[in-house]
Amino acid sequence: MSSTLQSRWWSWGFRSAVMLYFILLIVFPILGIYGYSLSAGLAAFTENITEPLAWKAVLLTVKLAFVSTMINVLIGTMAGWVLIRYRFPGRGLLNSLVDLPFALPTAVAGLMILLLLGPQSVVGQWAEQLGFSILFHQPAIVIAMVFVTFPFVIRAVQPLLEEMDGSEEEAAYTMGATKAKTFVRVILPAMLPGIASGAMLAFSRALAEFGAVVLVAGNIPGKTLIASVYIFGEIESDNITGATAVSVVLLTFSLLILWLVNYLQSRRKGV
Amino acid sequence: MHVEVRGLTKKFGEFPAVNDVHFSIAKGQLIGLLGPSGGGKTSILRMLAGLETPDSGDIVFHGTRVNDLPPQEREIGFVFQNYALFKHMTVQGNIAFGLEVKKWPKNRIKERVAELIELTGLSGFEKRYPHQLSGGQRQRVAFARALAPEPQLLLLDEPFAAIDAKIRQELRAWLREMIDRLGITSIFVTHDQDEAIEVADEIMIINKGNLEQKGSPWDIYKNPETPFVAGFIGESTIVEDVSTLRGFEQAADWPGTKALIRPEYVEIGQANEFRLLSATETGRVRHLHFRGSEWLVEVDVGASRLVTYRSLEKEVLHPGEEIQVLVHRAYLFNDNDSWIMENRLKEDPMPVHI
Amino acid sequence: MRRLWIGLTCVVFALLLGAPVVRIAIGAWSEGWEGFRHGLTRPEALHALGMTALIVVVVTVVNTAFGVLFSLYLVRAAWLRERMKRLLNSIVDLPFAVSPVIGGLMIVLLLGPETALGAMLERGGIQIAYALPGMILATLFVTFPLVIREVMPVLQEIGSQQEEAASTLGAYGWTTFWRVTWPSIRWSVVYGVVLTVARALGEFGAVLVVSGNIMFKTQTATTLVYQDVENFNLASANAVALVLAAGSVGLLLLMEWAKSRREG
Repeated sequence: MSSTLQSRWWSWGFRSAVMLYFILLIVFPILGIYGYSLSAGLAAFTENITEPLAWKAVLLTVKLAFVSTMINVLIGTMAGWVLIRYRFPGRGLLNSLVDLPFALPTAVAGLMILLLLGPQSVVGQWAEQLGFSILFHQPAIVIAMVFVTFPFVIRAVQPLLEEMDGSEEEAAYTMGATKAKTFVRVILPAMLPGIASGAMLAFSRALAEFGAVVLVAGNIPGKTLIASVYIFGEIESDNITGATAVSVVLLTFSLLILWLVNYLQSRRKGV
Repeated sequence: MHVEVRGLTKKFGEFPAVNDVHFSIAKGQLIGLLGPSGGGKTSILRMLAGLETPDSGDIVFHGTRVNDLPPQEREIGFVFQNYALFKHMTVQGNIAFGLEVKKWPKNRIKERVAELIELTGLSGFEKRYPHQLSGGQRQRVAFARALAPEPQLLLLDEPFAAIDAKIRQELRAWLREMIDRLGITSIFVTHDQDEAIEVADEIMIINKGNLEQKGSPWDIYKNPETPFVAGFIGESTIVEDVSTLRGFEQAADWPGTKALIRPEYVEIGQANEFRLLSATETGRVRHLHFRGSEWLVEVDVGASRLVTYRSLEKEVLHPGEEIQVLVHRAYLFNDNDSWIMENRLKEDPMPVHI
Repeated sequence: MRRLWIGLTCVVFALLLGAPVVRIAIGAWSEGWEGFRHGLTRPEALHALGMTALIVVVVTVVNTAFGVLFSLYLVRAAWLRERMKRLLNSIVDLPFAVSPVIGGLMIVLLLGPETALGAMLERGGIQIAYALPGMILATLFVTFPLVIREVMPVLQEIGSQQEEAASTLGAYGWTTFWRVTWPSIRWSVVYGVVLTVARALGEFGAVLVVSGNIMFKTQTATTLVYQDVENFNLASANAVALVLAAGSVGLLLLMEWAKSRREG
């Protein structure tokens, strides 16, 4: 009897410790930031958020994140398809390289892009001759975002393609559909849920990205200053309320996307 | 072990899985819990094992209430439907697990494992992993593993469901023999009536969380207490208005009563095959199905269609042919009551004594 | 068609993933072996790498232990209602949605020297923000979902039958976990641990905000790279970045290995 009692105490201890850890580490801080941003009143909040530089930064972030997501949808769908359906030398290597952006520190990624696109580099000089510049301009931000969110679409599409055993395609062929038509009518719809959820994850990651972008963006207010860098700047200059207001906007945006992804996934499982 | 269950009830949300079930099982018996899938059989078994907590009711082993004992302390063996073998352990490791947990001395564990491997005919497979075994072998490992710690009660959840039909027969006979030899009280769950009838000393029919009937297979077959049991055990056809059949005219006294007629209650043949022609009536052969060892014949009698068997030794019938049909008995039921009615005309009105 | 698609994919991979890695490797050697060695053996670099290593170890240990326990509770616990489990499950993902900068800001907001809690702790001699504890907290926050997201699906997939079988054979929670559950989930845990290490190693935004990036005190490898770049000290930045990148590639190989073990 004493052993069961003891184990009951133990399991109680474990449960409480884990739940407390979870609440203190995850729930509490997120509630805290919402609480703080509204603690000075709604008027102060709106004032902070209607600051032209602030909302310009948010808009720019959304715009560039959207562009990079679209690029990743195209690249990711293609790469996911090629990596699953075709057998060629080096396929295994490419497949494991996909995760590289997840494994690489974002600051290192930023540095890489900086070196690669800088004015002394081949690409930089070439671009300059053509009369435009990449580094410290919007294209560099998009490249950084594409790099860090590269794996999302591919990794979301691959399992769906693996599940399809090819018999659906064959069925379409026997009914006289061409290859292109089969792809558009049969395969693409099957990949679509993966593309959608991968794209949303990529989008929310791109919205939040800091490390890779801060090094290559130039951070010119109103032009290449994205939201997370703006928040960082506000913290550095001790304007905590300004930082929190933008944080809350960005955070709400990301939470909505996350909730949408969860909702779509649960609905897909339910069907 | 003597098992007694009183007022056992369990709900999953709003769904009543088990509904006020009472029964008791004598030591050494082999009991089959039989019923359609999702009827609550497995929930009863899991509550006996302590894997599920009843909402109310008592479970009593050997006169002691065990509701509050965790599964670890109930002295039971449980064979899972898909065996739930530890897939990263060998056959030996699986069987020894319960003994190691109970801290048996090493040499006794070794002896016991060897004994069980011998008993279950798994010699030579000791070092194999579950994925290297056939379904039947896995079943035996699960059985040996459950038996190893010398449980007082063996619970088996659909033990043969995942095995090929042919091997299933063999394993059933093997299990019956094994349990007889060990004399351990056992309860198994199945949805297959042949399995229950063949293996169990007693059957409990469970439907929609209710215990419909408990008794020996023969008893249940002969005297089904509820329409569900009558329909579930054996083959049968339902006749809407049995009073149209010859010999059952008095059934008209109970309006709204339906009849259930088993193939073996019905006899068919040419007029010369019957001793009591007056009890028969004319029917027409509708379909003949060859069943391997006999014919299954569908016959239209008036508005009703009956099903019966016919020996291959007898004259072959043809669809459309007119034949005589004798219905020996019918199982009548309505919303409140059910009873068996014999063909009244079968009693020879003028017995001739030789 | 086939050739075209394969070719195009290879080009994308080479440009987007291959070129940057190669470039940084070349960059680190641009001032020769001496430059590389100097970039790496500067006292501030050594200190920063030490800080990073310390954070990685602490964070990985803590989040692995809590992550595995939390996954077990979320999948198996009978004392949590289904609705509660679903809610907790969706909260687990929150750190994915939070920009690392915001993650850092949260800790400064709650535990910074100006807050009541922070001031109280400081009087007790414990500094959280702009010190190691805050950096660890920030990294814990960011890496929290990684182990859970790897372990939970596996727990769901293997089901509870083996564990139930162990309990009917007389094994209690602890024994059941180590002898039955653990062997089934260990490669997923390893995979989650590798992801956690990678993320903790590379965490930048959250740590930058929380640490204040004070040299010889709260500077980590990634924030040092940042500072070097800001100071146009590219060669030194390259040296540290190359070490980090090499670490990531090593982790990537580990990831592949853990994945193959898990599937095998």
